[in-house]
Parts: sequence; C-alpha cells; structure tokens
Amino acid sequence: MVENRRWLDILTHAVLILGIAIVALPIWITFVAASHDALRMTQTPLPLLPGGHFWRNFIDTLLGSGLSGTEIAPVWRMLLNSLVMALMIATGKIAISIISAFAIVYFRFPFRMGFFWMIFITLMLPVEVRILPTFEVVADLGMLNSYWGLTVPLIASATATFMFRQVFLTIPDEMLESARVDGAGPLRFFWDILVPLSRTNIAALFVILFIYGWNQYLWPLLITTDTSMTTIVISIKQMLEAAEQTPEWNIIMMTALLAMLPPIIVVITMQRLFVKGLTETEK
Amino acid sequence: MIKRVHFPPGVLPYLLVAPQVAITLVFFIWPASQAIYQSFLLEDAFGLSTEFVWLENFAALIDDPIYLQSFGRTIFFSAAVAGLSMSFALVLAAFADRVVRGATAYRTLLIWPYAVAPVLAGALWVFMFNPTLGIFPYFLGFAGVKWNHYLSGNQAMLLVIMAAAWKQVAYNFLFYLAAMQSIPRSVIEAAAIDGAGPFRRFRDIIFPLISPTTFFLLVINAIYAFFDTFGIIHAVTQGGPANATTILVYKVYNDGFVGLDLGGSAAQSVILMILVIGMTVVQFRYIEKRVEY
Repeated sequence: MVENRRWLDILTHAVLILGIAIVALPIWITFVAASHDALRMTQTPLPLLPGGHFWRNFIDTLLGSGLSGTEIAPVWRMLLNSLVMALMIATGKIAISIISAFAIVYFRFPFRMGFFWMIFITLMLPVEVRILPTFEVVADLGMLNSYWGLTVPLIASATATFMFRQVFLTIPDEMLESARVDGAGPLRFFWDILVPLSRTNIAALFVILFIYGWNQYLWPLLITTDTSMTTIVISIKQMLEAAEQTPEWNIIMMTALLAMLPPIIVVITMQRLFVKGLTETEK
Repeated sequence: MIKRVHFPPGVLPYLLVAPQVAITLVFFIWPASQAIYQSFLLEDAFGLSTEFVWLENFAALIDDPIYLQSFGRTIFFSAAVAGLSMSFALVLAAFADRVVRGATAYRTLLIWPYAVAPVLAGALWVFMFNPTLGIFPYFLGFAGVKWNHYLSGNQAMLLVIMAAAWKQVAYNFLFYLAAMQSIPRSVIEAAAIDGAGPFRRFRDIIFPLISPTTFFLLVINAIYAFFDTFGIIHAVTQGGPANATTILVYKVYNDGFVGLDLGGSAAQSVILMILVIGMTVVQFRYIEKRVEY
C-alpha cells in the first residue's frame, strides 16, 4: 500500500465483495434451487433462500434413476464416466507428451524437426473445427461409445509437449553430463532425474487437464449414443430438454451442482498448482 | 532447441515420439486434411455421388447472406464477450491489487468459475432467465421489461454473451492480477511521491504497463468466444431464435451433423482453421516480443 486512504480501502473491499457476489450469484441460485422440493420450484417467484430438501435431493439425484420421463443413465454412472474420461485424458496427455519432449530435447536423430513441426501444428486446431472428419475416423475404427474413443482424439495436442520441452531446456546440461559419467543410460536419466525434477510441472498440468477433460462437451456429445457411456456434463443438456415437460428443477440443478463440484474442488484445493499450470500452458 | 550434450541416436527416440506422432497422424493430420479435401467436394442430397468442384463451396459461402450474417454475429459476440469480461476483470484486479490482507481469499472466491463447463454455465443462466419461472424475468417484469429469449433475438444474444463473459472473468482476473503484481513497487511509489492519486496512477502507469497482458487476453478471449462457447449456445438457445445466436462454430456443427451438408460444413471448417492459425500466429509473435519491466 502506497498511501493510507481510509475511504479508498472501504471502497476497495466494497467493490471486491460486490464483484464476488455477482460472480457467485448463478451458483447461489443453483444451490438454492437444489435445496427445495419439486413443487416449490414451480411457483413464482422462485426462492432466494435455501430450503430443507438439500440432502434428500442429493440422495435422490445420486442414487435414483435421474429425471422421471427421461432415458438417461443414473447420475453416479455418469459421474464415473466423467471421472474416467478426465483421468484418462490427463494421464494420457502427460504420458505421451513427456516422452516425446524428452526425445526431441535430448536426442539428435533424423526427422527430429519434422516430428517437432508435426506436433506443433496440432497446437492450432481445436477439435471443434475438424469435428466431422475426426468423428468419421473414430467411427471407422469402431471406437464409438468407448472410453478410448472418448479420450484418445482429445489427447492429441501439443500444449503439454511444449510445456515439457520448455521445462527440460531449463535443466542444466551438467545434469546430463554427470549422469552419463556415472554410467546412466537415457531411460535411467529420464526416470531418476527428469521426472523428479519436473514433478510440480506434471502436477500443475494434471490439474489443468483434469478440468479440461471433465468439461468436454461437443466431442462426448457426438460419440456417445449409448446412454451408459454419457458423461455428467452432457446429461445437463438432455435434462434441460426434458424440463419442458417435467420441470423438476430441483433435480436438474442438483445434477448441475454435482457436475461442477469436482473441478471446482480441484481448483480451490490446488489453487497454487492451478495458477501455475494456467500461466505455463498458455505460453 | 536441443541440448548441447545429447544421447546417441538409435531406435529409442523414435519409440519415444511414436505414440504422440501416431495419435497426431490418425486424429489430427488425417481429419484436418480430410476436411480440406471435402471442402472441394459437392455431394448430392442422398450421398450417392460426389463431384470435385474446386472452390465452389467457398464461393457459395461468400455469396450466402446467412453465412455472412453469422460471421458478423460471431465478431460482435466475441467483441462483446471479451469487452465485458475483460473490463469487469480489470476493475476487480485493480482493486484486488490494493488489498494487503485477504488478497488470497478474494482470489479464491473469484477464480472458481473457470472450472465450470461452458454448457453448465449456460444451464445456470438459462435457469435464472427462464421466461416463466426465472428470477430475473420476474424482477424485470416490475420494471416493465418482458423477457423471453425464445422469442427475442436480441435478448437471446444478450443472455449468451452474459453467460460466456461470466465464465471467462476468472481467467482474465487471474492474468490481470498477476500482471499488476509484477509491476515494481518503486514505480508506483515514485508516482505517488510526485503527487499522482490512485486513479491517476492506474490510468497513466499501471494500465499502460499491463498493455501486453491486455493484448494477450484479447487474443485468448477471441479464441474462447469463437470455439469454446459451443456448449453455451447449444444449451441456451441452440442458435435461435431465427439464427440470432448462430455463431460460426455452431453453424459448422449444425450444417454438418444436422443439415448433412458435408462440403459446406467442411469449407466452413477450413475457414475456421485459417482463422485459428492466424490468431495463434499473432499470439506467438506477441509472446516473442513480450515487454519486460
């Protein structure tokens, strides 16, 4: 603080609290909606304060068969699908990119730059713009309605490779020299020196990729036609459509709450890693 | 680029890059080249015959008023989302930068919307603005405003802009706050000694110094509004009413998967690819010349 201005301090906190209130309002309304019974959620004006049905809705949503009149998988099943998808995308992306970054930084071999550029151009093309042909490839490979089809096409991206390349370039050459003097081969060097040295980067990347994977929408929407494979994020759209006939907003909003809780918990509990990952992968 | 010392070449480096190269080839290079190839083809309505038509699909797009409208709408949408969420985040970051105690608490409470999936953000906003039940239409009714985003294109656009901007505030806030905190305190203190008040310091010192961040965020927000907002549009308006919220990425999906116009959809994909590549190049050039202070 440069100078002491009492009115400005008050204004600062007032603005920040107001900002937080605006940002938190949609979540508050969701939480309130998820804590009332179905009947109350059909009467205007809708409540602004929580009711007493939160835990009952929670149990009904999690263990029940979802919304009445819709053909969707039970919520616990969709949560499981989302979890598997997010974990597979995060670990898969980290695994393949750390080894390819290792090869590109620590080996000199023919076509090295060719491979590098091939990976580099993937940086530029989000899945949305090449959606139709990618869908055809996955269909031809018989990977529709499978965890592999859900995750592998999203694993192909260069951001993680770039981040690891950046990290490896900052590791001093003396590390490698002394490791070789001690007789360590490439794989030994990778496991015993590179992986431990980039541990925090791996963790930060994992946080970002988990959120990225959990929140995928268009891709899972297209390739999961079997209800037992749908993810929790997709189910919201189906519920919104069903809400035209059966407006059980308490159940719908509880499902929305369950769908956004895991990534929010990850962001808040691992805030330091999250910020680190966000600023590093965007460079 | 490469280490001065390195391991002898052999089979190993090829094995190490193999998984990523294989996935890239099958799920990236091949589909992208297919999209380019299909954009030159015209398929009849039953998918029985295809004809190579060179740039006809692109010419048809340029002549198509609906496509051009969608293009203009996308630009308006991105500008509105970027402007709204960046200015909101800038104000909050400027105040948060002043806070000595409790700054982390404020940050925690402001960053979590980043974790909310776009389609969920859409679901929350569509619930709040539900014409018959929602909280906001109820209160707007007292002010004499009749809210129905299923009928009014402008209200539908406003709703998707608010939902998209809300989700992006966290990201912009984080980057603005980091940029402000990296400005040396001595610069600010010198200005204060010269008699510049808080507002003057923000306008003449802090804002110009964080202009690289503003530019970076502008590109990131544009990319976000162009591509990542599909879920919001799909949940809130499905491009309607009467195409009022059909942005480019939604149109690619709609023409390809719903309308089954493969050539036209592929041509739109190619145009989008060129746009992303352009924006990415701009972003990379900027990062090379990043201002250091």
